[in-house]
Amino acid sequence: MSKNLTPQSVITEEVTLRYDYALGEVAGTFMDGLKQRKILATRCSKSGMVYLPPRAFCERSFEKCDGWIEAGHEGVIEASTVVLRGFEGSRPPPIAVAFVRLDGVHSAIANYVEGLDLSDTERAMDRLAPGTRVRVQFVPEPQGRVTDFYFVLAA
Amino acid sequence: MTEQVAVLSTWQSEFKLRHPSMTYVEQAQEAAAGCMAKLGMRPDDIDAIVYSLAPTAFMGVADADRWAIDHIFGAGKPMLRVHTGGATGGSVVQAAHSLVRSGMYRTVMIVGAERISETPDAQKVLNQIFDPFYEKDMPLQTITAVALMANTYMRRHGITQEDVARLVVRQRRNALLNPHAHLKGNITVDEVMASPMIAYPFKLFDVCPRSSGGAAMIVGNMDAARQWQTRPAFITGVGAVSDSNWIGDRIVPSAEYDFIDWKLMRVAGRAAFERAGITDPIHQIQVAEVYDAFSIQGLTQLEQLGFCASGTGFLLEGEGAWEMDGGQVAVCPSGGTLCTNPIAVAGLVRAIEAANQVMGTAGDHQVKNVRRSLATAVGGIAQFLTCSVFSNEPYEAH
Repeated sequence: MSKNLTPQSVITEEVTLRYDYALGEVAGTFMDGLKQRKILATRCSKSGMVYLPPRAFCERSFEKCDGWIEAGHEGVIEASTVVLRGFEGSRPPPIAVAFVRLDGVHSAIANYVEGLDLSDTERAMDRLAPGTRVRVQFVPEPQGRVTDFYFVLAA
Repeated sequence: MTEQVAVLSTWQSEFKLRHPSMTYVEQAQEAAAGCMAKLGMRPDDIDAIVYSLAPTAFMGVADADRWAIDHIFGAGKPMLRVHTGGATGGSVVQAAHSLVRSGMYRTVMIVGAERISETPDAQKVLNQIFDPFYEKDMPLQTITAVALMANTYMRRHGITQEDVARLVVRQRRNALLNPHAHLKGNITVDEVMASPMIAYPFKLFDVCPRSSGGAAMIVGNMDAARQWQTRPAFITGVGAVSDSNWIGDRIVPSAEYDFIDWKLMRVAGRAAFERAGITDPIHQIQVAEVYDAFSIQGLTQLEQLGFCASGTGFLLEGEGAWEMDGGQVAVCPSGGTLCTNPIAVAGLVRAIEAANQVMGTAGDHQVKNVRRSLATAVGGIAQFLTCSVFSNEPYEAH
């Protein structure tokens, strides 16, 4: 190609796509529970496993989950992080996130941790260490979304 | 009757943020044509194509394997696309291995390209891989999800950020010798520690770059190897495994495979090592190109693959065990995924580097006397894992 040509460099496009994700019965029941300030988990009576987020089917026993259980409003941190930058989400950083195993449940569920001073990251991470007890709090007006609740330190 | 599987040719571009001089498909074409040209092969010499293509939202053209058909000389041939996220490049090699080993085809070309920087919204794209009901409202993407796991791993084993920074220093230094690498340089532990915190414990230097570029590998049976390559590398072991999408199931006491310690890699490794006859990896394997999009990721895999005990990888890093010269095993002499991450072909680059080390064609970062090497790849939030072994000798029994 001729050296005298200066090719145009880019074509710009912006794509907006809209979705309505079908919740199904299980996730729909969970979201309904949140509106009543309940965190609902499913249980398989054959394996004894209690799942949160709830599942329709127990992959360990190869049976349908056959019961609903209300998870405890306290639990233990299994993993945590403080996000400081690099993510343009719905909330501005710094934000703390943790996977918490709520009492009476086998699996952990993720959510924000609020009410923690995040100005000293090291200190915040010490307070969020695995094994730390946390408590569930609900927003004033639950909407049927997972962000209806968040965690605060129990102590 | 099974066939031997030989790596005949490999090709990779320079990897960098952008390649404004060509389009995505031209990038794939450069890799395909370049890989064939190395051996004087022409499109008619290739029986089938496996296309390495991960999420396409980065470069914006959905399922661009169709867009690439002409450019990679695919028209008229059997062609399939493989997509297992970041593990794609490991899975394509294993798919091509199966196609040759089964006797279906004499030669198979693996090819692909990546253009992550075609969008400024890469982190948003990566948030789209999460569940829309329970996870997507959180600031979860690959960096934060692996940071969550890394914090628990480091606390469990008493590993400091400085311990991890030493790995970053070594791999950036290794990358200086690799003309294809994206990030490279002589940096210090202090500089790693001073880089801005993104998601604790990951600082900017703990995280891979967004790389663009292309890569290709041609594999064939023994008959093809005799025709085209005097010093092939043989693929002698492959293992792959997947795990639950639910991160919260994998970090609790009831987990089947504890994600914090990357227990799942043991499963993929065992399958690959059994096929390859590896019983003592640290003495039988000289180069490990482990897939490390984040500083913490490579050595945790190495632990599960049996090179050292769980939780000791970073202590051994401090003793120089993974150095290219004088180490016990050369870990990512290329600089690894940590220095270069073209997602769709990052696992393929690991395999290319591992094969090149056996073929003696790695260039300035060639390790001496390599008889066997391995390459891993990791996709999703470690939902997809692959491990492949390359050797200067073919499969023993078949």
